[in-house]
Amino acid sequence: MPSTPIVRLENVSKFYGKVESLKNVSIEIGNNEIVGLIGDNGAGKSTLIKVLTGVEQPTSGTLYIHGKKIDAANYSVKEAHKLKIETVYQDSSLGEKQPLWRNFFVGRPITNRFGFIDVKEEKRIADQIMRTTIGFRGVGIDYDTPVSSLSGGERQGVAIGRAMYFDSDLIVLDEPTVALALKEVRKVLDFIRSIKTGGRSCIYIEHNIQHVYEVCDRLLVLDRGEIVLDKPTSSMTYDELINFLMSMHKIEETN
Amino acid sequence: MTAKKSNSEKTSLLVKLFSIEGAGTALVFIILILLFMFTAPRAFTGYRIYMSFMASVPPALIIALGLTLVASAGEMDLSFPATVAFGSYIFSMLFQQYEFTWIALFAAVMVGTLMGFINGWIITKLGIPSMIASLAMMFLWGGLVTIISNGISIAIPTIQATFFHTIMVGRIGGYFPAQMIWALAISAFIWLLLNRHPFGENILFIGDSEKVAKVVGIPVARERIKLFTLMGALSALAGVFLTVETNVYFSSQGQGYLLTVIAAVFIGGTSIFGGSGKVVGTVFAALIVAIIEAGLVASGIQGFWTRFFIGVVFILSVVMNNAIEDPDKVPLIKSIRLRMKR
Repeated sequence: MPSTPIVRLENVSKFYGKVESLKNVSIEIGNNEIVGLIGDNGAGKSTLIKVLTGVEQPTSGTLYIHGKKIDAANYSVKEAHKLKIETVYQDSSLGEKQPLWRNFFVGRPITNRFGFIDVKEEKRIADQIMRTTIGFRGVGIDYDTPVSSLSGGERQGVAIGRAMYFDSDLIVLDEPTVALALKEVRKVLDFIRSIKTGGRSCIYIEHNIQHVYEVCDRLLVLDRGEIVLDKPTSSMTYDELINFLMSMHKIEETN
Repeated sequence: MTAKKSNSEKTSLLVKLFSIEGAGTALVFIILILLFMFTAPRAFTGYRIYMSFMASVPPALIIALGLTLVASAGEMDLSFPATVAFGSYIFSMLFQQYEFTWIALFAAVMVGTLMGFINGWIITKLGIPSMIASLAMMFLWGGLVTIISNGISIAIPTIQATFFHTIMVGRIGGYFPAQMIWALAISAFIWLLLNRHPFGENILFIGDSEKVAKVVGIPVARERIKLFTLMGALSALAGVFLTVETNVYFSSQGQGYLLTVIAAVFIGGTSIFGGSGKVVGTVFAALIVAIIEAGLVASGIQGFWTRFFIGVVFILSVVMNNAIEDPDKVPLIKSIRLRMKR
């Protein structure tokens, strides 16, 4: 693919105090691909995502978005939103007590010329997203429903729907299926597939290797802050992937 | 889940009625008035006592409106008594020395704004929880205003002859206190700010969860500083209203408001956990707190009982508001419901 990648990290490192959470990570996320990010707890997955999406600044290294070098000091979640990068966290993307319509537009409200929120318009679009993009039908949920009465899968749906409405080029999903019932997991995996049909890309972080293997085009494995595998999913079988991950652990143990 | 849904259908009318903002608090207010009409008919069936509420409640209400926003963000401000005194001092001093009125008002609000900004800066940039930081700032500002004013009070009786006095706290038609109109206008503005402005939305999400607020791109620190700045401005404005009405400044002037204003905010239904604020509820609750005081005294009960009864209403209101939000939030109701299901 000759087109410029959506995101490129070059030798990115991140320290928390003396702990080096990311060591010289260089990766690219291209257009129209779902990339699975695998790694143990503490391997640096969340740190990588935080750096990528502007929640935290890298200690060193460079970040390119759509081929443009990003000034780390001014890079923030808001800036990432503008560059069409959106994150869906497993449990912290939605305000529990707030109605759905506010959750769709918080941080990016539709305002009238006096600077006040255009509630009617926000509700209309929220209704549209819920009915068409994420297909909430006849489940007793409308735009006035507070997030607290939604199931885990529905919440992921809302967060993904929001990302798609804002036409994100890259949607980062942080363990979206954790603590979900099996039926709900299916729904979320379908959401993930639908991301790609819109021509967008997605980084999918997951503990369940089977889910990752099922929906991802490319696999990235992080181990103690370093990228140890970066291959298209088609280049290895599921068993090979499992064997690779197991061998990683063996080395750890013998060390 | 299904049981919960059918249950909610049964109670839907009641829930709908109570989901109107402030409905519960308004009901408590009406019950109290009816009660006092019975126990103290002479005072509560005449109009005079209501006019006197309208004159005395506005400063507390204006502070409570600011604190409603602060509480919605899951924060607390205990420093406002000192800010009230500061606003009052700046105004009285400028009026006494130079006979400034509008300029004195402006200066007082500016000083309050600056104090609020400093409070917000300390809370966000030094990372001290607002409850503690604002407690410290109450000592600091309260001490400072006593030092600057040399600990003496200022009387400004001549303010009564000014046009400014008429505009701010004059009696419309000879009866109705103008400050209540101002307080209601500010209430409407605060309601719009919280419920219809992006700033209010940001506050609600910050109060809901700081983590979520960060993730959705809300500049949390900046919004918090704005919030405390606004709180400072409103507190100082309340101080000016108080001084213009009572014609006097003294350094412990705001102290009496500390507990009653906090009580008013939570009696009004603003969530004690943050993430939800009820401006209409605050308006009625500010009246409730005032009416308890007058009502008990007029009923022939010793004034000492006032705080006791405010305490009772406080606890009942918070429990009721929690129960309306989610009955399972109140462990007692939850266990009763579970037992009834069996």
